[in-house]
Amino acid sequence: MKTSFSRWLGLISVLLGIIAWELIVRVTDLPRFILPSPVDVWVRFLKSLADGSLLLHTGYTLLEITLGLFFGVISATIIGYFLAKSRSLEKILSPYLVASQAVPIVAIAPLLILWFGSGITSKVLICSLIVFFPVLVNTVVGVRAVPPVLYDLMRSVRATRWQILFKLELPASLPVLLGGLRIGATLSVIGAIVGELVDAKNGLGFLLKVGDFQYDTAMVFVAVFMLITLALMLYGIVTLLEKRFLRWQQPAS
Amino acid sequence: MTTKPILTVHDLSVVFPDSNGGLHVLENISFEVCPREFICFLGPSGSGKTTLLRVLAGLLAPTSGNVHFIRRQHPKIGMVFQQSNLMPWRTVMDNIKLPLELEGVSDAKARVKAQEMIELVGLDGFEDSWPRDLSGGMAQRVGIARALVHDPDLLLLDEPFGSLDAITRERMWTELSRIWQAKQKTVIMVTHSINESLFLADRVLVLTQRPGKVKFDLEVDIPRPRKDDIRYTPHFGKLARKLRETIE
Repeated sequence: MKTSFSRWLGLISVLLGIIAWELIVRVTDLPRFILPSPVDVWVRFLKSLADGSLLLHTGYTLLEITLGLFFGVISATIIGYFLAKSRSLEKILSPYLVASQAVPIVAIAPLLILWFGSGITSKVLICSLIVFFPVLVNTVVGVRAVPPVLYDLMRSVRATRWQILFKLELPASLPVLLGGLRIGATLSVIGAIVGELVDAKNGLGFLLKVGDFQYDTAMVFVAVFMLITLALMLYGIVTLLEKRFLRWQQPAS
Repeated sequence: MTTKPILTVHDLSVVFPDSNGGLHVLENISFEVCPREFICFLGPSGSGKTTLLRVLAGLLAPTSGNVHFIRRQHPKIGMVFQQSNLMPWRTVMDNIKLPLELEGVSDAKARVKAQEMIELVGLDGFEDSWPRDLSGGMAQRVGIARALVHDPDLLLLDEPFGSLDAITRERMWTELSRIWQAKQKTVIMVTHSINESLFLADRVLVLTQRPGKVKFDLEVDIPRPRKDDIRYTPHFGKLARKLRETIE
């Protein structure tokens, strides 16, 4: 009884939030371009869905995010692996890595757009950059945490380098790798929007900016909710991956 | 045993480099092992027992001397470690078939072999269990099964029961003795337990404190199969005292 109730708690909380929002709109009687009501947002959502603009821009942003995640995660995992293996490589690269983290992505986004244009390339690049560091750090931590005795085991049965990589290092560091991916997935949404806000012809960030310029605040809300949905979806995918691949970690209930 | 040795170790020394002339871990170790012989290295901690096994397993190159296997240049090794050393992301079955996987044996064949091993070590019904759900003794049985599954030329045991409680430990001696009789493997084991070495081995070689040298070579002439209660016979006691006296 109690568990079935607590399962609904999240949904109830969201409903209460929407009701509170509606009440605030009614009580304060603010103009719609300042604070639209939930109903306004819903109507705007249906409209943009019907004219196809919402799906187009969401798809565009999703493409940027996916490609950015892909390239960011792949490059960070490969470089992280070699960093974990070589202390001298770590010493050589670490000034650049630390510097890249000290500069906020918002500050270099205009530069990247200047260099790579206002199309998809610059956004993918920004996403990759923002995803890169957390995944890199987690890869280094994960690979370094592989127990040395398991290397002994693998070498005692004459495992090849590739076998050690795929049958030991990868599965052993997978929990930490997925932890990095979890952080990276939400960050990549931020990366795409930062890029689109600076300059873009497409995407949810573009939609957001247009809505803002035209005092179409309901549209801004729709875009924001779509972004939240995208972030939650990516987060959910990583959680599913963890459930699928880290079954051995979950305690027997 | 009159058969030809399967393994000869000649004048083996291991020195770990350090700031004052190197740490001499093993010095001029020489011995021979016959096929199907169970040899035990007995020594206090710090006598280089584990280092010796690591050299035999090919995990460490000796500073001087050599290790020579008669049948082939690189023998197949099965190794059991101090901790069971299972991969937590693999089930019991998948842990045991790992060496076969690495050899490229087909999955179906590997499963059949692994299942045989599971039955041999008495873990039927635990095929799909995760390592986290096993007791120390069960985990070490999986370790033994994994070390035997690819039919190794040489089984190396590094204080395999050191982390178990006394009762489980003694039960495992009987188990290992039975498994060894069934599989007829050449075994080299290191331990610091006199009882363990006498109960299991055909020959006990005593190592000195660092640098480790072979100080004493004792033929254990206790008939097999050895039952639990042989440990209370006067002969066992006599051999135990002999070994005790040689260990400082």
